[in-house]
Amino acid sequence: MTELIKFTAAETAAAISKGEVSAVEVAQAHLDRINAVDEKVNAFLHVDTEGALKAARTVDDKRARGEELGPLAGVPLALKDVFTTKGIPTTCGSKILEGWIPPYDATLTSRLKDADVVILGKTNMDEFAMGSSTENSAYGPTGNPWDLSRIPGGSGGGSAAALAAYEAPLAIGTDTGGSIRQPGAVTGTVGVKPTYGSVSRYGLVAFSSSLDQGGPCARTVLDAALLHEAIAGYDPLDSTSIDAPVPAVVEAAKRRDIRGMRIGVVKEFAGEGYQAGVMQRFNESVELLRELGAEVVEVSCPSFTLALPAYYLIAPSEASSNLARFDAMRYGLRVGDEGGRSAEQVTALTREAGFGDEVKRRIILGTYALSSGYYDAYYGSAQKVRTLISRDFDAAFAGVDVLVSPTTPTTAFPIGERADDPMAMYLADLCTIPSNLAGNAAMSLPCGLAPEDNLPVGLQIIAPAMADDRLYRVGGAVEAALNDKWGHPLLEEAPAL
Amino acid sequence: MAGITREEVAHLARLSRLELQAEELDHFAEQLDVIIGAVARVSEVAGQDVPPTSHPLPLTNVMRADEVRPSLTPEQALSGAPASEDQRFRVPQILGED
Repeated sequence: MTELIKFTAAETAAAISKGEVSAVEVAQAHLDRINAVDEKVNAFLHVDTEGALKAARTVDDKRARGEELGPLAGVPLALKDVFTTKGIPTTCGSKILEGWIPPYDATLTSRLKDADVVILGKTNMDEFAMGSSTENSAYGPTGNPWDLSRIPGGSGGGSAAALAAYEAPLAIGTDTGGSIRQPGAVTGTVGVKPTYGSVSRYGLVAFSSSLDQGGPCARTVLDAALLHEAIAGYDPLDSTSIDAPVPAVVEAAKRRDIRGMRIGVVKEFAGEGYQAGVMQRFNESVELLRELGAEVVEVSCPSFTLALPAYYLIAPSEASSNLARFDAMRYGLRVGDEGGRSAEQVTALTREAGFGDEVKRRIILGTYALSSGYYDAYYGSAQKVRTLISRDFDAAFAGVDVLVSPTTPTTAFPIGERADDPMAMYLADLCTIPSNLAGNAAMSLPCGLAPEDNLPVGLQIIAPAMADDRLYRVGGAVEAALNDKWGHPLLEEAPAL
Repeated sequence: MAGITREEVAHLARLSRLELQAEELDHFAEQLDVIIGAVARVSEVAGQDVPPTSHPLPLTNVMRADEVRPSLTPEQALSGAPASEDQRFRVPQILGED
């Protein structure tokens, strides 16, 4: 049954629906794979064997009763450990939540369950989704299945690695500054940041509320679209949820025709700091878009060069406020509650013991940026930059349907290489951050291997808010053309684990 | 643009309820100085007549009817608490003795 783990989500669902294989067999094949390789990969923080098999049995029972199954019924999924799961630990990769078992499900979790998706477990991540390498997890780093000594991207490195290691055909990530797309790019998988507000944030443990967005991770564009439709849509429990129809992304993914589309190449995402092999594969992708019948033009978005600094003021500012809830009183760790210490002292000792370096660094930075005397210079200015970036997008989208760029400036770097240099680490999200600041939709999909290191390169596609279907239309066409050219999906070139 | 000193980091840590160690203060002061130097570029646009954007969506306050409905039980709400007593969160002393 090893072939079952190579199936796409669409193939798995079809096979289950036709009765060619049972959902329990599919779940077991993936649980076996996790048992076999996850010691090396460390993609999972918690594997819910019992729950997964129970959910799979429910699907098989429904089929036996002749009930109609949904498009992803029985398909296994790896869920980033930042979404609450009733009865299953949720740690956000942090010691401060070690052992915490939420009493409720996130809306996204409920929707997956309602769609009969089989949740295998919770995936490793940078603590509270802060990072670009999954090295900031309190539970050890995740390895990139292409080369276990390299990072799988972050903060959703566990979700991306689970896909690339064939531990799950589907995964969920969250993208605050690129945490779905950047891991997708460096692991040779597909990652989508949907339009901000189109997937509920209820039960998503908040890092930076105006930027955080849950979204699909998969090995194919169609699989990502199927998952996108399962999780998106209005949620009255989230005050930032958009009450509008979800674009027809599955239909768009199947279309595979981009003739007549206008595509803009973002001029600012090139030059110093961009790996030669990344630019080579990107330029070939642009050529491919032309061959497929799109009109490609160069577009300038001058404010994008200020996106990274603006992000590193806005995200830590919101984080310093959001993480105030970890006060050692209502849930999580409590340290120093003896010897007559005050609540304030216990909170400070607990946060010192429970948070890792990156989280502390951002809390301090955010507190600084929001402090009186610096507010206008830092946080206020960053918000003005946000306006300028939105204007750049508006101007660009007045002339083109989508924008393209490399997803990341480099391929996966070795674990530890940037650990002591936060600014170098932050550069990994250079190309992904503008879409978070503006709230629009973006996708990363594999576009080849960099010749110098044989590691995956991601192509980023950016669409206006609520035009997520355009990502899938372009992504589906590019993926089909590249698979034809290569003779197989890129991931098949990854070494066996 | 001003840099950040070890003393400022210590002050910010107190405001943030973080009991940082001495070596962390040194380490963070050095790193935050570099980060703040790099992000200060945003202030180049501060003088311009640009309205700030705090959120990608226009936010409105959401109200719901004030109706009794099922919620978490006290046991569920307290299930993750470090300490509880008589169906309440037990916390260390909040007010000083003096």
